[in-house]
Amino acid sequence: MDKFLDSLFLNTSRIFAITVLVVLVALFIVLFKEAKPAIDAFGLQFLTNTRWAPNMDIFGGYPAIYGSIVSTAIAMLIATPIAIGIAIFLSELASPLVAAIVGMAVELLAAIPSIIYGMWGLFYLAPILKDIWGGSGLGLATAGVVLSIMIIPFMAAITRDAMKTTPDILKESAYGMGATRWEVLKDVVIPYVKSGIIGSIILALGRAIGETMAVTFVMGNAHKVPHSLFEAATSIPVTLANEFTEADTDLYYSSLFYLALILLVISFTVIAIAKFLFLKRVQEKKI
Amino acid sequence: MKKSLLALAALAAVSASAYDINGAGASFPAPLYFDWAYSFQKATGNRVNYQSIGSGGGIKQISARVVDFGASDKPLKPRKLDKKGLYQFPAVIGSIVAAYNIPGIGDMKLKLENKDLAAIFMGKIKFWDDKAIAEDNPNLKLPHKKIIVCHRADGSGTTFNFSYYLSHASSDWANNIGIGKALDWPVGLGGKGNEGVSSLIKQNPYSIGYVEYAYKLKNKFSAAVLKTKSGKWVSPTEDNFKAAAKHAKWTAKKHFYQILALQPGDDSYPIVAATFILLPREAKAKDKEVTKFFDYAFKNGDETAKKLGYIPLPKETKDMIRAYWKSNGIF
Repeated sequence: MDKFLDSLFLNTSRIFAITVLVVLVALFIVLFKEAKPAIDAFGLQFLTNTRWAPNMDIFGGYPAIYGSIVSTAIAMLIATPIAIGIAIFLSELASPLVAAIVGMAVELLAAIPSIIYGMWGLFYLAPILKDIWGGSGLGLATAGVVLSIMIIPFMAAITRDAMKTTPDILKESAYGMGATRWEVLKDVVIPYVKSGIIGSIILALGRAIGETMAVTFVMGNAHKVPHSLFEAATSIPVTLANEFTEADTDLYYSSLFYLALILLVISFTVIAIAKFLFLKRVQEKKI
Repeated sequence: MKKSLLALAALAAVSASAYDINGAGASFPAPLYFDWAYSFQKATGNRVNYQSIGSGGGIKQISARVVDFGASDKPLKPRKLDKKGLYQFPAVIGSIVAAYNIPGIGDMKLKLENKDLAAIFMGKIKFWDDKAIAEDNPNLKLPHKKIIVCHRADGSGTTFNFSYYLSHASSDWANNIGIGKALDWPVGLGGKGNEGVSSLIKQNPYSIGYVEYAYKLKNKFSAAVLKTKSGKWVSPTEDNFKAAAKHAKWTAKKHFYQILALQPGDDSYPIVAATFILLPREAKAKDKEVTKFFDYAFKNGDETAKKLGYIPLPKETKDMIRAYWKSNGIF
């Protein structure tokens, strides 16, 4: 009987685990199938063609791909140092009371739905940035700032939790040997939680690159490769969100699926690179 | 207690004979359809569910027969209707205005030639004090400020009608940009929906964009005076929209396929557009329920339409639609 239960449990959980794989593969197949007409029509030139003229059945994905990558890169550049700073303060420096209060605020911020960041970005942030940068206040730079604000709490919360896992005994031994706070942080805590930090960066990156609602409002929605970061642009998820409902020719519809497929491949590649290269290196060093 | 039971029984009796209609499509007339559905239900007990998912979605869903009626801002050509097995008729008329936000220049003060409007949306006229604009507005003090163009980011019937008008007003536009629900805009910011474009215009001084008239009313925008097909200046007012609607030559034979931009007449506002309803040809019984709803709306819904910024169909057109229903056995 016990054996039966055991095997039942094993197989049930196995099925659950395999479901993930099945969904992933099914997703790829569906995207590929729907994108096929566009792939046949445009091939890899889709990746470099900058013209997007739905009424003439001309589709090029470059502006959207460019916008996705650049806005995400800006967001990561802003968010990573700030989030790590917050995490260090909360886990190592702040008094327990302050850490508890600020920590709670960070978690609450991380739970805010992204569309709220988008509305806030359009109605409050964009006018301020417009005064600083000129132009319309909408574009890649604004999208990057909104995205960074969206992912900071998320990154900070994960990094803080990772830092808390540093065994006290390690830190205490370092302090016992006369290390300063900075040295403990630099030589004990950060090396210990390196993989946690990188993990949080990857998760945040995944969130930022696929983000739709927060950026639809502030991107400016122009299918152009902008001359500067302060001009209107677009990104893959923004294009999909804007145009799916009215995509009435087959090629249009299929081109949007092609973009979706590209987005999936980009996020996949990013995560794969991060996972296999960085994490491996980190683990090897640790041993 | 007894009373409420009675009321319940009455309700049950009504709902037994009452029916549900499901429709989906164009977002532009959605506020009006919601209102019509509400009063229709109050009057007859029948429910109309309308999902505002966009014209493309409406055409897709009615072609797949997922809903009882579809709604589209862009009429389908008779051949396409035959292929998909659909009936088509207009429900209400809307108009599109060129709304601008130039501090110091009020509503209907700015005059724009139709071809200049095209040049602005193509990025060829870059500043408000460009000679082409100044010529037509000798009394205005135009600022030397860059024009911020605002357009739709999502595919939309509004864009289709606006670009149809621009294509017929400017050969430059026709050759380079063309007509469509989504375009390759050379310049400007994109907003999602009429609301999105409205908020872009509001937030950016020295901007111009195109929105449905209802959104001009709602946001108290200033809108440009344009030219009729015959070359007369014409203001975006309800009388001038109506004048354009009167000139439309609907024919039931073509399933009312008609694009209303640039109608003849000295007071016909140039960018007026009807929004259409699509019905499946084989579902006659259900179609009768749908036409009952629109018949009710044609009879009782003009006031709400006007209040919301739409133009009701002229009486002759309504009669023609009823005749079209009858001759097809769906009324």
